[in-house]
Amino acid sequence: MKDIQYVILSKDNFNAFISRLSKLQKLVAPVAKGYKNYAFEEVTSGDQIAVKYIPTVLPPKKYFLPQRETLLEYNLSQGLDVRAVLEYERMALFGVHTCDLAGIQCLNMVFSRRPKDYNYLIRKNKIDIIGIECNEYCDEFASCSLVNANTPSGGYDLFCTDMGDYFIVHINTQVGDEIVDAAKVFERADMAHLRELVKLRENKRAIFRNELPVDPRGIPELFDKSFESEVWKDLDRRCLACGNCTNVCPTCYCFDIIDEMNLELKGGRRYRRWDSCQLEPFAKVAGGENFRKERAARQRHRYYCKFRYPVLKYARFFCTGCGRCSRTCMAGIKLKETLNTLIEEGITKVWKKWL
Amino acid sequence: MEKVVINESNYNVKKARILRTKEMTPQEKLFEIALEGRMSLDHEPGQFIMLSVFGVGEAPLSVSSSPAVRGSFDICVRAVGKVTSALHRLEAGDEVGIRGPYGKGFPIRILEGNDLLIVAGGLGIAPLRSLIKHVLYNRRDFGKVHILLGCKTPSDMLFVDELDLWNKRMDVYYECTVDRAAPDWAGHVGLITTLLPGVHLKPERTFAIVVGPPIMYKFVIKELLAKNIPERQILISLERHMKCGMGKCGRCQIQGLYVCQDGPVFNYADIKNMSEAL
Repeated sequence: MKDIQYVILSKDNFNAFISRLSKLQKLVAPVAKGYKNYAFEEVTSGDQIAVKYIPTVLPPKKYFLPQRETLLEYNLSQGLDVRAVLEYERMALFGVHTCDLAGIQCLNMVFSRRPKDYNYLIRKNKIDIIGIECNEYCDEFASCSLVNANTPSGGYDLFCTDMGDYFIVHINTQVGDEIVDAAKVFERADMAHLRELVKLRENKRAIFRNELPVDPRGIPELFDKSFESEVWKDLDRRCLACGNCTNVCPTCYCFDIIDEMNLELKGGRRYRRWDSCQLEPFAKVAGGENFRKERAARQRHRYYCKFRYPVLKYARFFCTGCGRCSRTCMAGIKLKETLNTLIEEGITKVWKKWL
Repeated sequence: MEKVVINESNYNVKKARILRTKEMTPQEKLFEIALEGRMSLDHEPGQFIMLSVFGVGEAPLSVSSSPAVRGSFDICVRAVGKVTSALHRLEAGDEVGIRGPYGKGFPIRILEGNDLLIVAGGLGIAPLRSLIKHVLYNRRDFGKVHILLGCKTPSDMLFVDELDLWNKRMDVYYECTVDRAAPDWAGHVGLITTLLPGVHLKPERTFAIVVGPPIMYKFVIKELLAKNIPERQILISLERHMKCGMGKCGRCQIQGLYVCQDGPVFNYADIKNMSEAL
């Protein structure tokens, strides 16, 4: 095993690195799109990239689970001829925040559960991931400390930390090492660099404090006691049922599957596209019954899908603290506010034993 | 963007052909379907398949035939949505696509050696017919078998010829009722719950298996509990819309459960306190 785990990328070499990387394969990175808006887009040079950015409108989920992807193609002209297909594009993602790395890890768990989803699983291995550290909060909507997603825990090939004049880069995988070798702009990190990184992480501990007055270990129990909470009734009055919160969520994966015939009506395809539990017909059945008719039930379902159900199934929260749902909500429903109200309400029921 | 064929995809369908269709009521048709090469579907009673009508879509449908029949299988379909209406327009010889079987069916091994009280409301007979056929085929493995059937009117009754055979068997206690009678109807009139008092059973060794519309569960389960049948011995099958059948698309989710993988057959004790379930 090579003993080099950390390398240095001087800021002077940043543009060279990005343009070389973009020549090797499609490169996608955060790009500024007007006031406080960012999006992952293809880039070819370093100056296109917003290295410091608040979470993009859509998370990198859009590359792993595209908004629309073909699953089957069929031809009906000479009997049924049907085949399952996968559409993919080899690419590297640059500048993925730790919240979004956590989001990709959540999706990995869901789609590798049996029966496996090979469209997702094959595609994810065609995408290289270069993460970037947040040295401070992006904005007031983030709650990454609550869910322990402000420092990296795997999920990337390379991980960059901005140290001012240079990035210190952690090489996590062989793929990452090959990128470093191919770019030819990295230098070896020495002990002084590593000490700087340790110091930065220590400073971060003072900046990133649990955003909510709750021990995260108590959250599942809080939710167990909150199913009939007044909070859901309040959300019922405010929610517009537009589905924006689930679309921008890095861990929401529900989808619809739709058939579409070609114009000559001889063949067609079956594709899937993002769907949302917040839309009224989502839980409706053929008999006419709707099992989550009220917006309260649908919002509650969303929160429980982040903080309760996955704890049993995957032993982690499916909230990454990115804050997108709060930033995008037209009705101003804010995750931290909802949780705070639940805590206030539930404190007498749950907290005593944690005090 | 590159495109490749992935044979391992779980969205791949098995080609199948409709062997026979039978109109059972103006709304419901029975389809006998054979997989290519007469491969066995190899299902358990209570499991479902995803059926494709290409160009229209896929729908989850429960299998109605006995697992003992291996070269083909039956589905009983009400034309209620896009896919089921398109399926109704197909005829013998037409091709469809099949995925599955999916889900957890009735726990046959656990039912063996017990008395069974099978309660079917309306289209609930579709999944239950598979269980009933299995039980009758292996009749001596079970204790007493009660079959109670309810539907709206006599003309809504499904599998009429077979009901007659069940009625004639000496090893089955069979009763049926309709909500509204027709002039030539000589049988019971009233909701299915009116049949329950006539059933005499040993609650501790009885499994009740109930399938019907959501409203029926509420009333029937109440009666079953009043008869002292333990909650763990009440089994129900839940209807949900499904797109994938593989625990991912989210349509069928009841709290943390996916009906397509964790169900559709559930033990009443496990879901009685779950809102959104019944």
